[in-house]
Amino acid sequence: MTIDGISARTAAAPLAGRRRRSPWTFRVCIAILGVAVAAAVFAPLVAPYEPDATDFSAIWLPPGPGHWLGTDQLGRDILSRVIHGARPSLLGAIALLAFATVLGVLIGVVAAWRRGWVDTVLARITDVMFAFPGLLFVVLVIAVFDRGPATAVIGMGLAFAPLIAKFTRAIALEELARPYVDAYRLQGVGGVQLIARYLLPNLMPTLVGYLVVLFGEGLMSLASLNFLGFGAQPPSSEWGLMVQEGRAGVIQGVLGPALIPGLTIAVVVVATNVVGVRLSDKLAVRT
Amino acid sequence: MSEAVRVSDLTKTYPARRGGARVVAVKDVSFELAKGESLGLVGESGSGKTTLTRLLVGLARPDAGTIVIDGRTREGRERGRAARLRRAKEVQMVFQDPYGSLDRRMSVEAALRDVLRRHLPDPAKDTVRARISELMDHVGLSEKHLGSRPHELSGGQRQRVAIAKALAVDPAVLVLDEAVSALDVSVQAQILALLNRIRAETGVSLVFVTHDLAVVNEVTGQILVMYKGEAVERGVTAEVLRRPRHPYTDMLLSSAPGPNWQPERVAELRAAFAGTP
Repeated sequence: MTIDGISARTAAAPLAGRRRRSPWTFRVCIAILGVAVAAAVFAPLVAPYEPDATDFSAIWLPPGPGHWLGTDQLGRDILSRVIHGARPSLLGAIALLAFATVLGVLIGVVAAWRRGWVDTVLARITDVMFAFPGLLFVVLVIAVFDRGPATAVIGMGLAFAPLIAKFTRAIALEELARPYVDAYRLQGVGGVQLIARYLLPNLMPTLVGYLVVLFGEGLMSLASLNFLGFGAQPPSSEWGLMVQEGRAGVIQGVLGPALIPGLTIAVVVVATNVVGVRLSDKLAVRT
Repeated sequence: MSEAVRVSDLTKTYPARRGGARVVAVKDVSFELAKGESLGLVGESGSGKTTLTRLLVGLARPDAGTIVIDGRTREGRERGRAARLRRAKEVQMVFQDPYGSLDRRMSVEAALRDVLRRHLPDPAKDTVRARISELMDHVGLSEKHLGSRPHELSGGQRQRVAIAKALAVDPAVLVLDEAVSALDVSVQAQILALLNRIRAETGVSLVFVTHDLAVVNEVTGQILVMYKGEAVERGVTAEVLRRPRHPYTDMLLSSAPGPNWQPERVAELRAAFAGTP
């Protein structure tokens, strides 16, 4: 083998590595998320039936021409319910993430900025919050307040905040060690302005990728909360709740009402994960 | 009043790591620097150069000693925007790492405008624009680089931008911490020539930190040699380099590669120095 051949092979290796993470999966996942968001936005326009229109002459129908994905125990069209369910499901996850992000980023940045005892105290608090499994924590919050979508979102947000806080603290520490931060300080930029105007925008690219991955996890956690009946209440067609209501059919051998919303959750979660991982690669910091 | 900087008996000690002794980074260092003059701060790694510069610009607080810049004593505790901006006008710094010293989100123009909006007495659009082109001219960058972001610039260009940003504040003293060490020799020479010109044109005083003696000779009139946190020799650069009085300076000089350079001799001297602290 010639030297040229070897160098050609080694040169091709990293290219092959990039190929393996080929963009078609990424594009498919973006398309899935696009469809989910479109379904949430245009639900009344695209859904063939009203989500809670019952029809007792068509109970537990299998998928067919009239009802593409069949009907549930009250004769409601499952496709329409899944489409309408995108709204509470996605909005819930977004609200959860927004709440957790505000809280987590605040804690993380303050810990990284102040260091010393502030950092230690905040780290202990987040550790204590880590010690509770997320669901248990939410049940606690719901026991104190009342069940309902808002409580579920706030409770889950509190459970997610420590994750974001830890991540933010780590990347903020790294960023604060860069000399440009000292340069801003020497220019007479105050602490609050330095964080809000210069530090946070520089953390954003790294943070966004992480948050997209967390979005999938948040969606899943909220769905399981709703499945347990702590969040959305009937007649909402939130996906987790739909799985719960569909359980009655499983015993009778009708899988559709439970399986279809469950699959929808799984597909959307996987899609956000793929997109999130790719995004954090793409947005990786250029210096 | 012709003094830009007067430092007296500056001391900084870092607390002991577990099981180790306290680290005396800077011990009883004093020096003065006249307005428009330049001082070279020389020493090996670990000699306390960087700590001294951080004390000087206010990124670290001294345990003892005073720093007077531009006729005003620098206090550790000063709060409020006005105090911060005044301190900024006293001293600015250019950092060693040309890759980390610029905000990667900002184009050259945005970065300069950001500084000027904070520090120009009259931050009108036209004055800012005029000052930006003046600064770009000062540091020898063409207008076409205004739109570039840091990752599109070379190391030398970034360091020019960093210098322009520091000058935008219009400081009395400019501290350069190993500012050319990461650049290759021909770019170094350009930046050094640039610094000499800037000093002549704007009257800013320079404190130039380096381990490279050739560089010191190029830009500084005065020299301060640091060894283990102490200032061991001080004087006019050319004289000190020609006739070093302290053995450490002598050793530094013989360490530099030159016509009669003998690596074995350097190693010997170094070993001797390590034996007799």
